[in-house]
Amino acid sequence: MDCPGLCEALANGGVNLGLAQFISLFIGVVLVSGVPLVTVIFLIWIERKVAARIQDRIGPNRVGPFGLLQTFADLIKLLIKEDITPTAADRLLYNAAPLVSFASVVLIWAIVPFTPYHYGVDLEIGALYFVAVASLGTLAIMTAGWASNNKYALLGAFRVVALLVSYEIPLVFALMVPVMLAGTMSMVDIIYAQSSMWFVFMSPLAMILFFISSQAETGRAPFDLIEAESELVAGFNIEYSGMKFGMFFAAEFLHVFTNGILLTILFFGGWLFPLWNEPLIAFAWLGLKASVLYFISLWIRNTVPRMRIDQVMWFNWFRLVPISILNLLAVAFLVKVMQELGLAPRDLAQATLGEVLPMTIILFLSNVAIAIGLLGQVRSVGRESRLATETAQTATAVGD
Amino acid sequence: MALEQFAPAGVMIIIATILAFIILVISRIFGPHRPTFRKNAPYESGMKPIGPAQRRVPVRFYLVAVLFIIFDVEVIFFLPWAVAMRDLGVYGLIVMGVFTLMLIVGFIYEWKKGALEWE
Repeated sequence: MDCPGLCEALANGGVNLGLAQFISLFIGVVLVSGVPLVTVIFLIWIERKVAARIQDRIGPNRVGPFGLLQTFADLIKLLIKEDITPTAADRLLYNAAPLVSFASVVLIWAIVPFTPYHYGVDLEIGALYFVAVASLGTLAIMTAGWASNNKYALLGAFRVVALLVSYEIPLVFALMVPVMLAGTMSMVDIIYAQSSMWFVFMSPLAMILFFISSQAETGRAPFDLIEAESELVAGFNIEYSGMKFGMFFAAEFLHVFTNGILLTILFFGGWLFPLWNEPLIAFAWLGLKASVLYFISLWIRNTVPRMRIDQVMWFNWFRLVPISILNLLAVAFLVKVMQELGLAPRDLAQATLGEVLPMTIILFLSNVAIAIGLLGQVRSVGRESRLATETAQTATAVGD
Repeated sequence: MALEQFAPAGVMIIIATILAFIILVISRIFGPHRPTFRKNAPYESGMKPIGPAQRRVPVRFYLVAVLFIIFDVEVIFFLPWAVAMRDLGVYGLIVMGVFTLMLIVGFIYEWKKGALEWE
């Protein structure tokens, strides 16, 4: 392990090398896990304000300027609430579930590169790490639902786990497109591979698939069966009170923004600012793009009605999974063909815009072709079912 | 690549867990703790709870789980290929094409059998 920055300063100051490495590692990790904790406090405020504006309300505006301190007030309220553990619950699992749920989201931030020089760790298998850690959240929900020993919670958990597990498949297939184009799973290298062209232009379909499935993974509308307050009261977190509920809540809010950041890294070029790469500007640029994606997510959440479980599952298995496999194969095939023709540069990080352009155009057109074919197919299926209904209705009317 | 690459991630797992644990302990210290029999009973819309809640699971959830495992294993096969695809040459593409073809045949079979339907 090398020893740059703070570690070097400590080692020069006479501290044991191993100890210096450990101290600098420890401080770095505390900083990296501090970022999401601070972010989530403001995310909740933003979310409430945006939701209020969309619903023609004012939103929190009493505590502090513009209601900015509302979340702190809520935090204190949650902390001094009574913490109830139902007698029927499995105590250990019941208490561990919110912990795992929160930790799983914070852990994703370990691989998020904030600037070219500041990140938790640049794992060679960053993308795989993301998939592994993000699915811990599913485990937490299942644990919570089962350990609560409550019928609503159990039903909610089953549904949610079925949904999360299904939507993980298109998510990973969409994630594989940037991995394939960049030829690496490291998040930093994926960003550098987009120096001349963002991957969203090479495969807009993969971006949309990733966005839809991550919207489902966070349990946001139209996939918010996690909440389902009209039928399951609250779903898997019904028995949780006080800060344990607060942790599920915070984990969900944080997960949405985390997905915005991952989408930025994988498809929108991360912190690569066209002109110069000062850490502060890079960080702001990443934050800006992630915020725009976060806002779109909130917008969808507050505009679209909830889908039924059968509709959600149908949409996944009959639409998203086939499209994501098809998209991956199409991109693989075209990249290979272009590579043989000498049109696709192997090292995208070093390639100029002119070298990347033909590849981008061909991939973009192939994606558009898949999308058009798909929309046509959806349209004809919809027309058939509508015609069938209308014929049946006419037949009944005539029969009467 | 050595395992020490994962050291920060490992430390982060510990710190994230400790952090979440501290928050729970704080709420335990500051919150009141006056359990009663009614308060600790499972919530069932104000009714007396009928029977245990940890019942048998509808079989379609097992079906979803099995489908997920099939596709997840498939994904695990795909990931290393996706990383190395650009260095593998045409042979790599053909081999993976055959593999995917078999999977697609299986997928169509599931589709036509109605295993993907949610009834």
